[in-house]
Amino acid sequence: MRKLHHFHGGVHPPSNKAQSTRTAIAHAPLPPRLVVPLHQHAGEAAKPIVQAGDRVLKGQLLGMPDGFVSSAVHAPTSGTISAIDMQLVAHPSGLPNLCATLIPDGREEWIAREPVDYREHSSADLQHLLRMAGVVGLGGAGFPSDIKLRIGKQKITTLILNGAECEPYISCDDMLMRERAGEIVQGAEILRYMLDADEVLIGVEDNKPEAIAALQQAISASGSTLQQNKRHEVVTIPTIYPGGGAKQLIRVITGLEVPSGKLPTDIGVQCFNVATACTVYRALAHGEPLLSRVITITGNVRRAQNFEALIGTPITELVALAGMLPDTSGYIMGGPMMGFPLPALDVPMVKATNCIIVASEKLFPPSPPPMPCIRCTRCVDACPADLQPQDLYWFAQSREFGRAQKFSLFDCIECGACSYVCPSHIPLVQYFRFAKSEIRAREHDKQLADQARVRHEFHEQRIEREKREKAEKLAIREKAAQSAKLAGIQSLTPQQQAAQTELEAGRAHIIELAKSEVEHVKE
Amino acid sequence: MLFTPLISKPDSVAQIMLKVLLALLPGIALYVWYFGPAILVSITLASLTALGTEALMLSLRGRPVVPFLKDNSALLTAWLLALSIPPLAPWWLAVVGTAFAIAIAKHLYGGLGNNLFNPAMVGYAVLIISFPAQMTHWIAPHGLEQAGMVSSGLTFSQQLEYIFHGMLPARATLDAVTMATPLDTLKTHLHLGQPVRQILEMPIYGHLAGHGSEMVAGGFLLGGLYLLAARIISWHIPVAFLGTLLVIAGIFHLADPGHYAGPLFHLFAGASMLGAFFILTDPVSSPTTNKGRLIFAAGAALLTYLIRVFGGFPDGVAFATLLMNICVPLIVLYTQPPVFGKKDGLFGKKAKGDKP
Repeated sequence: MRKLHHFHGGVHPPSNKAQSTRTAIAHAPLPPRLVVPLHQHAGEAAKPIVQAGDRVLKGQLLGMPDGFVSSAVHAPTSGTISAIDMQLVAHPSGLPNLCATLIPDGREEWIAREPVDYREHSSADLQHLLRMAGVVGLGGAGFPSDIKLRIGKQKITTLILNGAECEPYISCDDMLMRERAGEIVQGAEILRYMLDADEVLIGVEDNKPEAIAALQQAISASGSTLQQNKRHEVVTIPTIYPGGGAKQLIRVITGLEVPSGKLPTDIGVQCFNVATACTVYRALAHGEPLLSRVITITGNVRRAQNFEALIGTPITELVALAGMLPDTSGYIMGGPMMGFPLPALDVPMVKATNCIIVASEKLFPPSPPPMPCIRCTRCVDACPADLQPQDLYWFAQSREFGRAQKFSLFDCIECGACSYVCPSHIPLVQYFRFAKSEIRAREHDKQLADQARVRHEFHEQRIEREKREKAEKLAIREKAAQSAKLAGIQSLTPQQQAAQTELEAGRAHIIELAKSEVEHVKE
Repeated sequence: MLFTPLISKPDSVAQIMLKVLLALLPGIALYVWYFGPAILVSITLASLTALGTEALMLSLRGRPVVPFLKDNSALLTAWLLALSIPPLAPWWLAVVGTAFAIAIAKHLYGGLGNNLFNPAMVGYAVLIISFPAQMTHWIAPHGLEQAGMVSSGLTFSQQLEYIFHGMLPARATLDAVTMATPLDTLKTHLHLGQPVRQILEMPIYGHLAGHGSEMVAGGFLLGGLYLLAARIISWHIPVAFLGTLLVIAGIFHLADPGHYAGPLFHLFAGASMLGAFFILTDPVSSPTTNKGRLIFAAGAALLTYLIRVFGGFPDGVAFATLLMNICVPLIVLYTQPPVFGKKDGLFGKKAKGDKP
């Protein structure tokens, strides 16, 4: 039995996962319309390479990765592009984004798929393939996976697959591990090969015994395809929120703490979600880009369930499949701890959409009005980052952002454990997000101001230098003219002399003007 | 508008305060058992004053009255103050103390959650400084009449008569029906040159400390253990306070057993138990870090012992609490635990010199 470690704090909210794990993953039917956002991942949006009216095949590239941190976007099925325009997407900001609208033709005609044997390729080649297959982290952040595999000279000893799924209600990873453990294990081996890691540890919370058994069986069944001297192991970890946070999971499994401001790779560990591993396997072994994912639809619905749905499926369709109940009051994308409310229901699901919780006042009664903080430090006891939320709250509230930063505000992972336990019902996480965004905005403003100041100073210097040079040139010319005049004045006719004098007067006036301008600038 | 987390643990400030009030009940019950129901009168007086003052101050400050009245925090202040002052005292004593505690120590500092000092202890300090005479007449526990310590106990109606009208039955004097606290008696007799062992053989002393009052202290200990079990308080403050008091009293006792009472006496005398579990643990006015709590409580124990043994006041818990309350911000600043991924401490290695 592996020795497990623990992180400070954590909470035990009711899991509410049983509702959506009663039935197998269902395939959502093809919707009449798919809206595929070109910006579904962290980093730069993909650049559209199709136009309205184009007929596309299933798996055809719609958006080209554009920039270092970027990923490809594909047509989830065959059909016709009806529009490429700004549409409402599932993003906390509620702002519209560029989307390709696809009208499926129902024929599901694939592009030519090219499976590869990863063992015949270098990690760099495979990274490129994953980038072009649009593989991004499916745990929620949507970070392009190829970037996380580009580790440079660092030695990765441990690859951790995150199957903790610690957020209540969400069960898509649980169901995926139960049903497709083999593909996950194969994907894990590919990731291990790419990172050249020594071991693969799949962390799963102990409230998912079926998933653990399935993975264990898959590991022993795929013995011949795994590299023999490398260890593959399912690590059963205690169920505690946020045990699935990458830093917390690494801490529990390895005992290591990712230093503040550093990446897991700095301590020789890399972490991927189990669903991402599955996608990596499909992308390489079957040549299938990321076109669909498993999503949990739960909450105030008749049949909470997991669906395998195409990226771009309007969430309305999925919620309707689950049978939304009439007293619905809102929709959360993600879990009840860290998710965010959807701006509208007709937004499409994206690669990072792991769960939709249909909310009702009965399921999620509005929190009572906040009371003052009594410094009871239940939040301190719950904080997995060892912070002092009550102090950070005080600083955020009084806009003492400098002190908030000094008290490690940016080490807050916004897990919401503090808000969960607060007896005064203070929305602590909202305060921390506010303080963070204020600090970021200020830093941005300061940067802009610094740049502007430098530019302005340079501009002034340049103007002064130009005036000076101009004045010097004029002085030299004047001198030359003087000496020329002295030399040539005798040989001129009276008319010529008069014209000369007039010219001289004009020139003197110009010099006067130029000088006064230089004086003015100097002042 | 929905925002996450959508779910929260079913808990509230009012429930926490209610649990603390409930935890006081065993001590109060034993108080009534040994000293009669007069304490219930002062608790009631203090409670009514606290709620009235709270409502007045809230409306003066333009804050919502009802939600704050329901948070039980004013009641807790009232109960703690009532338990700290003599029950057989003019009615206005509890009223003045409680009103001062709520109006000045709580609301002028910004209300719930913002007071630097423990309001109940501020109320106590005001009373003991302003009305020292009234603060020294304590009801004697049952069972001392035969020993001739007090003439005879007052009936409840006679007690009420005294509390509200200042009238004692014919031929009775206040000194005849009340007594000094065990701590005070010890101090007085030590001044007379009597050894501790001889003093503690007086009938007002029980097995560990004062007859009756040691049982009340035991009741508070029981309630305190409930607070620990219910995770309302952490172990740091009670353990550090009682432990430090035990050690200091032990050292002095070992050095000169004739002049210094033993450690158990100090744990069960005066407000030690009430202070350890109910007063020093007030979250608002105590440190938020565990290390800070240890320092805070140890300091409070040291001051309590010094004031008790060498000072002029009957007990030291109140002043020790107030003095340590002043130190809380500093203690908290210097006891910040290391943050995840920053094992060098909160401010990192480089910034060690420049604490904010």
